Amino acid sequence: MTAQLIPRDEAELSEMIRATHGPLAVRGGGTRGRAPQGPAISTTALTGITLYEPGALTLVVAAGTPVAEIEATLAAEGQRLAFEVPDLRGVLVRAGTSTIGGVVAENASGPRRVAVGAARDFCLGVRFVDGRGDVVRNGGRVMKNVTGYDLVKLMSGSRGQLGVLTEVALKVLPRPEIELTLALSGLSVDQAVAAMSAALGSPFEVTGAAHLPGQGTFLRIEGFEGSVAYRAGRLRAVLAPWGEAREVPSAWAAIRDVAPLGGRQGDLWRISTRPSLAAGLIARIGADEVMLDWGGALIWVLTPQGTDLRAKLGDFSGHATCLRGTPPDPVPPESPHLAELTKGLRQAFDPRGIFA
Amino acid sequence: MDMPVPSPSILARKDRIVARLRAVLPADAVIHDPQEVLAYECDALSAYRCPPLVAVLPRTTAEVSAVLRICHEEGVPVVPRGAGTSLAGGALPTADSVILGVARMTEVLEVSFPDRFIRVQTGRTNLAVTAAVEDEGFFYAPDPSSQLACAIAGNIAMNSGGAHCLKYGVTTNNLLGVTMVMMDGRVVEVGGPWMDAPGLDLLGLICGSEGQLGVVTEATLRILPKPEGALPVLIGFDSSEVAGACVSDIIKAGVLPVAIEFMDGPCIKACEAFAQAGYPDCEALLIVEVEGAEEEIRHQLHLIMDIARRHNPVDLREAADADQAKRIWLGRKSAFGAMGQINDYMCLDGTIPVSSLPYVLRRIGELSRDFGLEVANVFHAGDGNMHPLILYNANTPGDQEKCEELGAEILKLCVEVGGCLTGEHGVGIEKRDLMEVQYGPLDLEAQLRVKDVFDPRWLLNPAKVFPLHVTASRRAG
Repeated sequence: MTAQLIPRDEAELSEMIRATHGPLAVRGGGTRGRAPQGPAISTTALTGITLYEPGALTLVVAAGTPVAEIEATLAAEGQRLAFEVPDLRGVLVRAGTSTIGGVVAENASGPRRVAVGAARDFCLGVRFVDGRGDVVRNGGRVMKNVTGYDLVKLMSGSRGQLGVLTEVALKVLPRPEIELTLALSGLSVDQAVAAMSAALGSPFEVTGAAHLPGQGTFLRIEGFEGSVAYRAGRLRAVLAPWGEAREVPSAWAAIRDVAPLGGRQGDLWRISTRPSLAAGLIARIGADEVMLDWGGALIWVLTPQGTDLRAKLGDFSGHATCLRGTPPDPVPPESPHLAELTKGLRQAFDPRGIFA
Repeated sequence: MDMPVPSPSILARKDRIVARLRAVLPADAVIHDPQEVLAYECDALSAYRCPPLVAVLPRTTAEVSAVLRICHEEGVPVVPRGAGTSLAGGALPTADSVILGVARMTEVLEVSFPDRFIRVQTGRTNLAVTAAVEDEGFFYAPDPSSQLACAIAGNIAMNSGGAHCLKYGVTTNNLLGVTMVMMDGRVVEVGGPWMDAPGLDLLGLICGSEGQLGVVTEATLRILPKPEGALPVLIGFDSSEVAGACVSDIIKAGVLPVAIEFMDGPCIKACEAFAQAGYPDCEALLIVEVEGAEEEIRHQLHLIMDIARRHNPVDLREAADADQAKRIWLGRKSAFGAMGQINDYMCLDGTIPVSSLPYVLRRIGELSRDFGLEVANVFHAGDGNMHPLILYNANTPGDQEKCEELGAEILKLCVEVGGCLTGEHGVGIEKRDLMEVQYGPLDLEAQLRVKDVFDPRWLLNPAKVFPLHVTASRRAG
């Protein structure tokens, strides 16, 4: 067990950062992202919902608060985190309790991302402690805010490289009356992407579009009952060129959690790209353990251990990240100019290089 | 409004700077005649004017890069300019600055309907982006009210919103990638036609940075399928407080309208006099619009009207068809024109938590009486983005100053209740000196450090966003 600092509040967190010489890994529940090596600082004692206004669709919450607690609170008011937080414990073989700070720091977003946006799009404000130990606030709790630079977006997805999140303000959305899933079967990746693009390009508000080779191509619509029935009918007509779309039970929790690729040996990669390139890329890497989400804009790939997937992909429009496995570089290298900006920002927020 | 004193050394080098710029740009792209540069002396915040040293109108990213490299070498401040529609003075020059206008960069570079994006040069107007995709049934969602004129460059710089962002989000939620030229002329590609960043979200940082981190020359934008239809309902109340409660109940009920617009008594009266839209004579008016097919629209409108009835509205009108819808929107859309006909006005855009609406409206009424200036309120109620319009007479000595003071008090009130200074217009010069009301010294310092990374010499739009006394030492370097 490696050493772990567990500050009880933001002030103590700030003192600990000031006192340390690092390096420290920032840790939420440890359920997603790369597993921290060496000493860590944990946000798990920073918990609690500070403010929840259902009528304003706003939630302010301490970073270490378990996602499950937040979801239960929202559900009681008929609301939810619309970006659909994935639970990757199964596929990444992790234990622990997912925290909202970890979700924001990883910009973790599920199938509904294709329609409504990612975690970063729902993040309205942050408080964080930077590498100096200074407490910094940015954004707020209102939905429209262009007052100064948007450090909220910068911190979302920053993976503990710039500071330790202590509080986040989120936009929440109403939970729809019903959900309906349509499935097509027997499609190739190419056909599936074409069908999903047609669905997502229709006005019928598809909020999930995924393809599980061998299992089917799934499309989700949500809303008021009458509206969903109407749109399901229209969507079936849009999808007719690819076969008859049948109504099937919800498959979205499994898709969200990448469950179909869980429980097996190998490295897990995610590729972010243009949907129209998906079939070509999959052919190029010769992988057969794949699943597609976000209408084909997100490809999950299970490869034999040690595969250099990036070498196989070559140059393409998008990027590939390894979530489970030990490639030399889990995150793709940035262009030299971008790398310089990233380095500059890390130095600006963490001049002593505390955050590992 | 203080602006930095122009550098005598730069003013003295004007001929050399012009000659260097002409060497890398076509002759018609370098405007330096003192009469001709007057066209660039202000943006839509026209109370403040200052002709720039030179204005340049490049056509390509390479030309923008060449211009910035020269300005960087010469140490000349650069003020990027889209279409010049900023309400916050974002494109206000200083006498020693080069205006870099992207108005001639209007090309569509790529469109993909299967991948649902468009890539454009950023001088293209907001509405022209939609025009390029609407034949295929798509549109670009952010819709600032200046969308006919405003450029994507300015939309990105200010992270512009619009009336429909309750459903579709603002610019940052619809921006996938940019080509940006750094102050030293380097060209960086950030993001692209995919949905997330592998590293830090620099795209999110650049969007809304008011032209202070780089000049965005090309943008990849998400396009969406157009809804089948949309219709509004109009609801009148005899108090703003009740209207506010109704907004909150609509949101809580799980209906997500595309727009909830609010007008108060003074605004309703002015619009009615101007546009004769047939609005009821009441204290507060909501226009709630929903989208979908005919059946879906009716279902949602009935849910909304049921909620509204519980709040005893004085008027309730469901649009039966496109014609009636147009009539309902007519007054709202002419609000600014109506105000402009009565008076000069200053338009604020502070945002507040929706729950504070009644308190804030009451306080604005009190402040309005204290200052002796009338305030009309029209705003996007669903997301709390207020647009108080302060009426004044520019020809009355002291009136503009009084108006600005009242504006500052209203914005402080927005911050006090947990909101912010600006929801969609940007800080520019207009709200620059109030930044310390919203943010503490460490919060501001973190933002200044970001600019240090992108523009270490503080040459890009340096006199905006932050109070001058806060940035003085950096700008001097």
